[in-house]
Amino acid sequence: MAIKKFITGNFYDEAVLFPAVKKVRRAGYKIHDVYTPFPIHGLDKELGMKDTDLHIAGFIYGITGTTVAISFIGWALALDWQINFGGKPFFSLPAWIPIMFELTVLFSAVGMVLTFCWLCQLAPFVKKDHFNPRSTDDTFVMAIECTDKTNEAEAIAFLESAGAKDVQVQNRETGWWFGRYDRDSVVFGKKVAAV
Amino acid sequence: MSLNRYESQVRGPLVVGDKDYHQITEDICRPVEARPSKLWWVGFIISLGLLLFGVVSIYMDVTYGIGQWNLNKTIGWGWDITNFVWWVGIGHAGTLISAILLLFRQGWRTGVNRAAEAMTIFAVMCAGQFPIWHMGRVWNAFFVAPYPNTRGPLWVNFNSPLLWDVFAISTYFTVSLLFWYSGLLPDLATLRDRAKLKWRKLFYGVASFGWTGSTKHWQRHEALSLVLAGLATPLVLSVHTIVSFDFATSVIPGWHTTIFPPYFVAGAVFSGFAMVQTLLLVTRKVLNLEEYITIEHIDVMNKIIVLTGSIVGIAYLTELFIAWYSHVEYEWFAFKENRVNLTSPYGWAYYLMMGCNVLSPQIFWFRKMRRNLLVTFFMSILVNIGMWFERFVIIVTSIYRDYLPSSWSTYYSPSIWEIGFYMGTFGLFFTCYFLFSKFFPVIAMAEIKHILKRSGDNFKEGMTKDENETLEEFEHENAHH
Repeated sequence: MAIKKFITGNFYDEAVLFPAVKKVRRAGYKIHDVYTPFPIHGLDKELGMKDTDLHIAGFIYGITGTTVAISFIGWALALDWQINFGGKPFFSLPAWIPIMFELTVLFSAVGMVLTFCWLCQLAPFVKKDHFNPRSTDDTFVMAIECTDKTNEAEAIAFLESAGAKDVQVQNRETGWWFGRYDRDSVVFGKKVAAV
Repeated sequence: MSLNRYESQVRGPLVVGDKDYHQITEDICRPVEARPSKLWWVGFIISLGLLLFGVVSIYMDVTYGIGQWNLNKTIGWGWDITNFVWWVGIGHAGTLISAILLLFRQGWRTGVNRAAEAMTIFAVMCAGQFPIWHMGRVWNAFFVAPYPNTRGPLWVNFNSPLLWDVFAISTYFTVSLLFWYSGLLPDLATLRDRAKLKWRKLFYGVASFGWTGSTKHWQRHEALSLVLAGLATPLVLSVHTIVSFDFATSVIPGWHTTIFPPYFVAGAVFSGFAMVQTLLLVTRKVLNLEEYITIEHIDVMNKIIVLTGSIVGIAYLTELFIAWYSHVEYEWFAFKENRVNLTSPYGWAYYLMMGCNVLSPQIFWFRKMRRNLLVTFFMSILVNIGMWFERFVIIVTSIYRDYLPSSWSTYYSPSIWEIGFYMGTFGLFFTCYFLFSKFFPVIAMAEIKHILKRSGDNFKEGMTKDENETLEEFEHENAHH
């Protein structure tokens, strides 16, 4: 994939990050992503992201599970090989509810997790780049994508004025690929006080 | 600050010690990154020893059959199914903490959910052993799977509670594992980014699936957790309900009761919380995590123990009353002669159960007792013993004297190999738990950081200050903004 240029800045407090996101977007810069060590509610809205449809997928997987369960059990016990269990009807729906329920949950959960991994492109041996390893520890890292028109110095100054610390220009390949975490880094050397 | 003010002021802070985000990472990663202590090795080796005992016991079982367990014609289910139900029950608190309390937006779950979920997974692994080896001819265990076979195809019996169990336990295990692991991803990524050793980088790099903490990923991750919690909540209730159907759909006096599903679920949560207490009291001490698993956490869990213990107590009394009220003489006999009668062979077990499960937890009505670590630890063991005896009483006292007095059983007590098998599952459980506490963060870092700003002690102090502000001060402050 193409090599792109990003300007990254660290934020130490949600209260600084939120107005900064607004400012940066209003100024017309393209925010590539914001990397955070924990979920920050409302940040997705602030960044202009759409809600996820993952739960709809979960619902579809769930009803698929129910359908598979009832059709398979119905076919197996009422059509394919009928056996009289204690005089119960061959199509004894109430007795199948537990398994129908379990398969609904199983299909939904497994399907959703797989969909989640696929959408986020997460899998074992996949390693993605996130600009600053501290973004899984204590800082919120904003990455702005540079275009041909971006004036770097101006953008850096702007990001700093919005409250970002140690703003840098980084060249990165976009997307995901294998094995990029082996670079040496000493950012965890010193303790950083809360802001 | 005031916008987030839905934390009660009377509730203590959930994270103490004036932490910042980096400090949380440091504290929780420390046990993972440091060398294991001597105590850890001692515990781990003892667990491995127990596990070995279990392996030998299972070898004996497979070689000589389940007659090795002193099971007989009348008592076809003895310690094995008792242990199965007990272990499944242990798992329930983990799901309750991680799923139900997530739906109820209970912030305190974040300190304990990771360890509790791990406990669930290991407990279900232990539970699953019992029905499998109880099959006797375990090499035919795949018969429970509905696959096109050479016998017709003759399908499995979907009307049977024993098959419901197969589906319930395997679904429960899968969903718990997914829930636990998806929650671990961000924390494993933290460990990966801190790793200095090559094998650590590789191990956590692979395990963290390439998690970056992108906002979009977090958004989907939150949606995933919420829906998985929504799925796990009815699932956990269904699992123990279905386990109770193993008994309740039969026609054995003492088993055939409609109260079983809710009663089993309450009992499961009860014993599960006791096990969480046992584990966390030790974990927080050994790993120095007292600032994250606070007295406040112990206190609320003890409240759940007294609540569920009382529910279980009411269920025992209801059962007894209905046995008498129903005028079914076999039912009443099972209760009066096999359980309540102290001089009957298993009368002692019934009173042990009553004492441990119904009377002793009542001590937790006292705040002082709820917040006393020694009392809590002692009680957590007592409750687990009591809950084991509950399952034993239900199973053995209902079947050792059946409808035909001529086939009434002589006194049943387990053989060394049956005890060994049970000890072996303890070995499995603690081996897994020791490995987990060494290689994974026992506290969900990301979730702790998420609640820090609205439940840490800094926030609490600020809140108290705000609450005590007079109207004039408030107006004065606002005028300046």
